[in-house]
Amino acid sequence: MSGLTRTEVAHVARLARLRLSDEELDLFTVQLARILDHAADMQSLDLAGVVATAHPYDLINVVREDVVRPSLDRDVVLAAAPDAEDGCFAVPRIMGEEL
Amino acid sequence: MTLPEGWEMVVGLEVHTELRTATKMFCGCANVFGAEANTNVCPVCLGLPGSLPVLNERAVSMAMAIGMALHATIAPSTFHRKNYFYPDMPKDFQISQYDLPINSGGYLDLPDGSRVRIERAHLEEDTGKSTHLGASGRIHGADRSLVDYNRSGVPLVEIVSGPDIRSAAQARLYASELRAVLIATGASDGRMEEGSMRIDANVSVRRNGEPFGTRCEIKNLNSLRSLQRAIEFEAQRQVELLEGGGVVRQETRHWDETVGATSTMRVKEEAEDYRYFREPDLVDLAPDAAWQQRVADELGPMPAERRAAVVGLLGEPSDAQRDAIDVVIDLGLERFVHATHAAGGDVAVALARVANELAAAEDVSKLTEAAFVATIALESSGQLSATQAKTVLADLIASGGEPREVAAARGFEQLSADSLGDIVAALIAANPDEWSRFRDGDDKLAQFFVGLVMRETKGRANGKAVIAELHARR
Ligand SMILES: [Zn+2]
Repeated sequence: MSGLTRTEVAHVARLARLRLSDEELDLFTVQLARILDHAADMQSLDLAGVVATAHPYDLINVVREDVVRPSLDRDVVLAAAPDAEDGCFAVPRIMGEEL
Repeated sequence: MTLPEGWEMVVGLEVHTELRTATKMFCGCANVFGAEANTNVCPVCLGLPGSLPVLNERAVSMAMAIGMALHATIAPSTFHRKNYFYPDMPKDFQISQYDLPINSGGYLDLPDGSRVRIERAHLEEDTGKSTHLGASGRIHGADRSLVDYNRSGVPLVEIVSGPDIRSAAQARLYASELRAVLIATGASDGRMEEGSMRIDANVSVRRNGEPFGTRCEIKNLNSLRSLQRAIEFEAQRQVELLEGGGVVRQETRHWDETVGATSTMRVKEEAEDYRYFREPDLVDLAPDAAWQQRVADELGPMPAERRAAVVGLLGEPSDAQRDAIDVVIDLGLERFVHATHAAGGDVAVALARVANELAAAEDVSKLTEAAFVATIALESSGQLSATQAKTVLADLIASGGEPREVAAARGFEQLSADSLGDIVAALIAANPDEWSRFRDGDDKLAQFFVGLVMRETKGRANGKAVIAELHARR
């Protein structure tokens, strides 16, 4: 058993900005624990001879040239915003830090 | 300011530099500073559903150039999503490099002889820029923030130093040397005032010989002066706290330049849960030897070496000349000083003109090295006064041409030696008292006569030539 707690699920839900009911918390704690148990089963396998796979695609260095392409029209962009002001997206005021 | 006896500060810096690419990191929107808000945005950098990032090849080359300049190891790397919610991050995650950065290890040697280790220099994307209404006082009582996504997705390299810095002055020296290196690689313009280079400082203190203390991170220092002041303040604060029996709490702090103090922004444990995971929309990055070689071939000598080359021409430069050399190296204009030296000209005069007149110009592409060297020769030989030489240089920078022609067009024909001699003789005759005092050894009166000659000739005479004439007659 993974030993996943209800508190941990609540924490992860908060980080993901999900509001869960008590019933949902109970349900997801059981379901997520099963997923973690499955991962733990895989951990117990001997994979010494298997090359680590970072990505399912056998591709590296997919890049584009540094050439400017047209951007979107600002009126179109801001029409999709919940609110706009001074050519900017207007959002509820951010308290505290500036990143 | 120094810490009390028995205390030592331990500082590591995280320097973010925007890369001077034409486009953003994962889309073809223009990477420019100062454009109208939200005019360089597209579905990728706005994080619209279904859009997919494609990595900018030049950003990778620039990141490798930075790594090479810092003696780092370039290795196969991957991209991760750093998840957090903030309006200037429209995807709700930032694409960054996590456990496998493109550059790791390395070091930077500082002009004072110290060496600071570099832990890593990785690629990531910048965020948008928000303006807080109300808080900034722009619109009082307003409760909104305005977000401009032009900066969202601009390529960044974050350079993380080891905890090797032991004073605020050394931190400043590290930042200024790193800035010079970044400019030299061509990857950054180093403009801290435009936010293209931003610094976070990790500061802790300890009693001599003890293990590292708990550190605080000061965010977003955007000038060398702020960096030095903030570290000095923060180390002092921590020592006072500990000496008073308190404990340092690990937290993120904000530096207020006007108040001259740091204050708590957020306590670490609350915020540092970014749930990094592999960015599924990007494949691995593993530049081959040929790509790395192309970058290495384009990389010129670094500032320390270029500075030493100019210092070598001067012998024992003064402090002012050292500052001038830094300016010249930053702007990549030392070729004019070297050309002057190669032609046997006056290197000190050349350095001063490059660090002032050339440095002030937006663009010096019309000024040839030959024209510059010839102007310095005219100045050193006394055929042009310093003021005239500066004017000639300004004209050459603006429109090109040859210095003699430019000087003639300006009417800077020197007085002939004969007519200068006549003028000096007449002025001596008209001011016998001053002349006899000068003859008796009062050298200050030379300037009195130079002033008279200048007035008489409306500035066309050369000061050095006048003084030579006075001494010849003494
Ligand atoms: Zn874009």
